[in-house]
Amino acid sequence: MLLNSKVPTGPMAEKWEKHKFDIKLVNPANKRKFKIIVVGTGLAGASASATLAELGYNVSAFTFHDSPRRAHSIAAQGGINAAKNYQNDGDSVHRLFYDTVKGGDYRSREANVHRLAEVSVNIIDQAASQGVPFAREYGGLLANRSFGGAQVSRTFYARGQTGQQLLLGAYQQMMRQVHEGKVTLHTQTEMLDLVTKDGEACGIICRDLITGEITSHSAHAVVLATGGYGNVFYLSTNAMACNTTAAWRAHRKGAYFANPSYTQIHPTCIPASDEFQSKLTLMSESLRNDGRIWVPRSKDETRSAGSIPEAERYYYLEEKYPAFGNLVPRDVASRNAKTVVDAGHGVGPLKNGVYLDFADAIKRDGRDAIEGRYGNLFDMYERITGEDPYSVPMRIYPASHYTMGGLWVDYNLMTTIPGLYAAGEANFSDHGANRLGASALMQGLADGYFVLPYTIGDSLAPKLGSDPVPTDDPVFKEATADVEDRLTRFLAIGGSRSPEYFHRELGKIVWENIGMARNRSGLEKAISEITALREEYWQDVRILGNNESLNQSLEKAGRVADFFELGELMARDALDRNESCGGHFREESQTDEGEALRDDENYSHVSAWEWNGIDTPQTKHKEELAFEEVPLTQRSYK
Amino acid sequence: MSQTLNLTLKIWRQEGPNAKGSFESYQANNIPDDASFLEMLDIVNESLIENNQVPIEFPHDCREGICGTCGVMINGRAHGQEIGTATCQLHMRKFNDGDTIVIEPWRAAAFPVVKDLVVDRSPLDKIVEAGGYITAPTGSAPDANEMPIPKDVAESSMDAAACIGCGACVAACPNSAGQLFTSAKLWHLNSLPQGQAERYKRTEEMVETMEQYFGSCTNHGECKEACPKEISLDFIAEMNKDYMKSKVKNRKKAGQK
Amino acid sequence: MTTPIVTTNNTMAKNSAATPLRSKPKQLPFPLNLYQTAVGKKWVMAVTGLMLVGFVFAHMVGNLKLYLGVVTHHGERIYDADVYAEFLRNLLVPIFPETVFLWILRLGLLAAVVLHIHSAYALTRMNINSNDRYESKRDWLAANFASRTMRYSGTIVLFYILFHIADLTLGLIPGYDWHHGAVQSNVVGSLSNPIVAAFYLVANVLLTVHIFHGIYSMFRSLGLNNPAFDKIRQGAAAGISGLILLGNVSFPIAVLTGVVDYDVCAEGVTASEENSCVIEESHDAA
Repeated sequence: MLLNSKVPTGPMAEKWEKHKFDIKLVNPANKRKFKIIVVGTGLAGASASATLAELGYNVSAFTFHDSPRRAHSIAAQGGINAAKNYQNDGDSVHRLFYDTVKGGDYRSREANVHRLAEVSVNIIDQAASQGVPFAREYGGLLANRSFGGAQVSRTFYARGQTGQQLLLGAYQQMMRQVHEGKVTLHTQTEMLDLVTKDGEACGIICRDLITGEITSHSAHAVVLATGGYGNVFYLSTNAMACNTTAAWRAHRKGAYFANPSYTQIHPTCIPASDEFQSKLTLMSESLRNDGRIWVPRSKDETRSAGSIPEAERYYYLEEKYPAFGNLVPRDVASRNAKTVVDAGHGVGPLKNGVYLDFADAIKRDGRDAIEGRYGNLFDMYERITGEDPYSVPMRIYPASHYTMGGLWVDYNLMTTIPGLYAAGEANFSDHGANRLGASALMQGLADGYFVLPYTIGDSLAPKLGSDPVPTDDPVFKEATADVEDRLTRFLAIGGSRSPEYFHRELGKIVWENIGMARNRSGLEKAISEITALREEYWQDVRILGNNESLNQSLEKAGRVADFFELGELMARDALDRNESCGGHFREESQTDEGEALRDDENYSHVSAWEWNGIDTPQTKHKEELAFEEVPLTQRSYK
Repeated sequence: MSQTLNLTLKIWRQEGPNAKGSFESYQANNIPDDASFLEMLDIVNESLIENNQVPIEFPHDCREGICGTCGVMINGRAHGQEIGTATCQLHMRKFNDGDTIVIEPWRAAAFPVVKDLVVDRSPLDKIVEAGGYITAPTGSAPDANEMPIPKDVAESSMDAAACIGCGACVAACPNSAGQLFTSAKLWHLNSLPQGQAERYKRTEEMVETMEQYFGSCTNHGECKEACPKEISLDFIAEMNKDYMKSKVKNRKKAGQK
Repeated sequence: MTTPIVTTNNTMAKNSAATPLRSKPKQLPFPLNLYQTAVGKKWVMAVTGLMLVGFVFAHMVGNLKLYLGVVTHHGERIYDADVYAEFLRNLLVPIFPETVFLWILRLGLLAAVVLHIHSAYALTRMNINSNDRYESKRDWLAANFASRTMRYSGTIVLFYILFHIADLTLGLIPGYDWHHGAVQSNVVGSLSNPIVAAFYLVANVLLTVHIFHGIYSMFRSLGLNNPAFDKIRQGAAAGISGLILLGNVSFPIAVLTGVVDYDVCAEGVTASEENSCVIEESHDAA
């Protein structure tokens, strides 16, 4: 089918206002006649559930956690961007829009990004009114800090736990609706399939994680706010349960999956220490405000960091990019870290890290000031590594963190399946090929508070007067049977290896070949290895226990199975895109200085992939991208 | 180079909410001391699966001390022996080779065991549902800088808002009281100008809901020691004050029937 | 025609165990509704506890008069403790008839005791119902012996109080000559019995332990957490309970060692009706 992004016509700065007027509205008295399912209760899901319920819609919210507040949005550390220009340093909606398009390496849809920048100011207002305890200056007004990829200070934060506070604000707002009876909350309930009838989304199939019971739920519209797929790397900053299943199931039912190869590797995470490592912990990007990144110039360096004189330290980011220094965007910082470590300059027992050094900042501002800004992050680091970052530099290394790819959505956040929406990290979003720091929180809340509540009416209004498809319809029965079969199959395979083992192996293949730097032969290897591993999985995975009680292995089984298929698509997408842009770096396409070299002539488009069944690769559809406002340039942070 | 430890683990196993449970003994050998506590359990589970034994269910997710999912009693202390540290942040270098570690789920009448080490903590959400919010419908907010908040008030509110909702306070409390959790949420919102409009109603509703599930606070102070975020007991005093005020203040305004 | 979608009121997940252990009681009018909650009961416990600690402290200070021995009062030679006892019976005379104000104070104390015990009982039951037993041993970090034994120390102290009143106020315990109002004589008579003295000592140690946690706890229960109090809170608890301990424990020891004594033949004491003594030559104490 032809991709229609439904971007409104007219001047960029007026598109969204015009669109809000042009799209269909549902009369307030009629909103209560509609039922909406929201899957996922992170920033996007909780804010959407709360706002839709406030408007009058009947919302059923689903989370597989024991409480909505466990969503991984809670872990975001650094901050949220907004074009408030409180700092009077030249910020504006246009600048935030510009920085985001440029930061996304010109692979995002301009209109979406402009809207994001416009509503960013409303998000801060909303959060403050909910009681989010943002950091304040002494006069009581909001404080800001700067983040990577920006030359203005536009990031609002709550210590090093901004994601937690924003999620609590949205969660609390949603719980008020639960109290009012407007949101029906299903906890410990995992969506295992999407149900469509005549090509339209009409509901979901869920599994109760405590009892194993499979249930059907129907609605007029389904919203997936289920997060990103970074866990395909196995080692990532994601939580253990984060997965792609909800989005992937939708993909298999017809929702195109866009740009899966756009994965973000975050430059400052704690390096892995051994095989048993289960995840990599993020050290907030805000640390790069004060920390200086360096490696020893000598490859055989054995001295401790403190004894290496300045002249023998290679501050590689400061030297290569004078204008942005340590605050270059994430993809640039990550690739540079990989380069120096691959060249043999790595630090730490496994020589797999680089230094993030606060000695100068402590000397300049005093230990108390540094503790005030980063205290909890420093404590976190010390707990994990046993090292004290106030006296020795932190060791960091890039790790998978965010996925810019996701379900393709139009300007209304609707996927290619009518009635199915995707919000937050689950959609292919507004970040293009690279997301700037502090903008994921912004996007999740923008989608949930200020976009979806408007745009969802457009597909609902024509349905006024009709009930959702009843759950005893054959489509539900079929989908239920499929889900039950799959679960039974997993329990019956009786192989020799745990799903954890397979996930770890998949992660290695993906990190090696579809990680920070990709090339043709590596990607082809990845495709064949992943396919082989997937087939082995279905023969040899061992899932013990039963389906009638809590069984985390069984939960994992389905999620890992879906990761295989996604991994294959990621590799295909990366192979197809013969250019480097943002988080997708093809070694064959780089500038003389080793920066990403785009091919705007051939690749200025979104790759949206259509499922063709397990044995046939997906079909690619293109959404051409036009850049009216932001002239295409080579990104330079020098 | 990291050391390895050989440990004896006594872990509570229970097949379901209505099953009788008991402690089972497991050997955890060659555990690297850089591993986290939960990674140690992963290693044990991998070897159980290899031996065709049903692995141990334990609560976990973010593994960075912020989501509040994890939490078990480790040698009689909620989240283990390190102050201000959640179970997932505890690393094996804090133990010694040859140690025996007893691992039991949170126990409280309001936290029934679901399976093995996993308990149901939904009453905490019920308390938030009863009033742990500020009524601020989307779109109606004034500019964020219109309500200045003194810096120390914002810091104090953030201190209270740092609660991760893990329930360690309830688990540690000899009375299974929910005061630390409830008072933290109350102070977070009650201390802010934005929270004033609903301050007393919120306090009443949340306290009275809390008392439907949990015991009463007699100031043992055990909760704060267990709390991974070291939430202050001062918030409990503030809640006690606010609750009294909420009952005492005649909240019917002049002219209201 | 379509029917509007109806949502249920109980919107928490079916599979959550969020069934309350106890229901919200129907609200009584103010101020009784305060007492219906645990927080309110703790306020009552704190206030009544404060009254009781105040009483115990004043009682201990008053009993120090046992050490003053014989004094001259209105020309009579009489034990100071007995003078004090008479004073108490005559409080606020002639506004009130004799002993009436003392009875008002006693009734106040009685009310405090009843409320303190009832709230303790109700809260203890609530706590026991909210618990689920740990199978493994607990490693306490902050909950100390005092805080964890309040219900036991309180119960034993209650029994001691009943005994103490029966003994010294009502004269129901046999073993010595009890006379109404003869404080010095009664105290010496009662505490000369080593078993009674031992019970008294144990009870007062437990009382101290109880008060120590009680005073510390009272601040938070009353919402007094101003940082200025923080510094004095633990000190106040230790100081006040320590003083009470020292004072109260000294009495039986003083009696058993003869430091506090009742000797009607000493220093020209006016004999009471049941005893007589040859009055010695008066000393300078006239």
